[in-house]
Amino acid sequence: MLAKRIIPCLDVRDGQVVKGVQFRQHQVVGDILQLAQRYANEGADELVFYDITASTEQRVVDKSWVSRIAEYLDIPFTVAGGIRSLQQARELLAMGADKISINSPALQQPQLIDKLVSEFGQQCVVIGIDSFYDNDSQRYQVYQFTGDESRAQATRWQAAQWLHEVVDRGAGEVVLNCMNQDGVRNGYDIAQLRALRPHCPVPLIASGGAGTIAHFIEVFQQANVDGALAASVFHKQLIAIDPLKQALAAANINVRPTCYSPQ
Amino acid sequence: MNERALPVVIINTECANLASVANAVKRLGYPALVSDDAGHIERAERVILPGVGSAAAAMRSLQQKQLVHVIQQLQQPLLGICLGMQLLTDYSSEGDVRCLGVIPGQTERLQVAQQQEQTLPLPHMGWNTLQQCHPAQTALRDNDYYYFVHSYAVAVNDYTLASCHYGQTFAAVIGHNNFYGTQFHPERSGAAGARLLQQFLENGQC
Repeated sequence: MLAKRIIPCLDVRDGQVVKGVQFRQHQVVGDILQLAQRYANEGADELVFYDITASTEQRVVDKSWVSRIAEYLDIPFTVAGGIRSLQQARELLAMGADKISINSPALQQPQLIDKLVSEFGQQCVVIGIDSFYDNDSQRYQVYQFTGDESRAQATRWQAAQWLHEVVDRGAGEVVLNCMNQDGVRNGYDIAQLRALRPHCPVPLIASGGAGTIAHFIEVFQQANVDGALAASVFHKQLIAIDPLKQALAAANINVRPTCYSPQ
Repeated sequence: MNERALPVVIINTECANLASVANAVKRLGYPALVSDDAGHIERAERVILPGVGSAAAAMRSLQQKQLVHVIQQLQQPLLGICLGMQLLTDYSSEGDVRCLGVIPGQTERLQVAQQQEQTLPLPHMGWNTLQQCHPAQTALRDNDYYYFVHSYAVAVNDYTLASCHYGQTFAAVIGHNNFYGTQFHPERSGAAGARLLQQFLENGQC
């Protein structure tokens, strides 16, 4: 039976892992390789490395660490951040990234999604969507350039429309980041994830808001997502992966056990 | 030119996960050469055929590199991974293409439509368990998790060494003579994947 995935996300800035609160006030929390290995050993099902500054500063992610991660890691990992061309994607994949995740550049040139899919296959093209619930319009609005507070801006897209668009263009997986919940640890945006799940025929990953083990149970049971992504609760060791997976299993959610018993 | 046998040659299919496969082999202590040179492939003690992307494009690439016949004639153990496994079968409906035909079988799109109008997401992406592992394949154990990413799969038949279920039951591992294939990615499947690769590299089987 296919397991629900637990996905630690390491937000990277200038080669170090940082984590902010609601996309602001980023602070350094640790060395990339160290954290990656810790998560793999603890039973993470895959990892996401997200260069939060790359898109806005017109540069691709610093590459050397991608090769180093690929040498050591034996679980899948995704690299995100500022990938805006086939060539940049090719380099990252050649260095050992399993998937690349595109966010703002896809909004600026949606045909980039089609090109990446036809060149590298659907399986390695992930689309990240930053969605913000606007109280005035009572709509989920898609944002771009969220890595830089001064440049973050609403797009013309509503989350459901943009989801349809990226799926039509061949996206292999969608990470839906609910910005209202990001970094505040009040729980995933169940209402939005539930509403969008039927419109997403590819794997859907919940992002933003995990604070307790109960939040993970809730998002799998109530929104039927394929994976749950989180950053700060793992980096700050508020939740460890093994007890999380044991709690999920106890709630009848199928997960890959953290440890294999030797023969 | 060095005519010595080469321990492990990974066929350069120009696809995205070559580095992952090479890294996994190196982690197990074997030198890995990525090559599309027929001489290298023929001299290898173990051959790995990786693949992601579409079957039609991959077959076209092998034809352009004139490797179809080279692969079909190999006597040493070969492991096809993911699309690489599907290419070992007779035919893939992805692009309606004839494949290498070294392991009898057909590759079809996964049927994921469920009852109550629910449809499972495709690609089948993530960690899933093996079932009905062939007792002779000592690296494979029922209920161990491996990492899968695919939308097409090989139908279960006499050459299936382990199966997996997602919407339907399909072949997770196949084998015939010196040819083996895994639908999952052993290079990305943690300790279980490393054990399978180790078994292949040491003993030439799964």
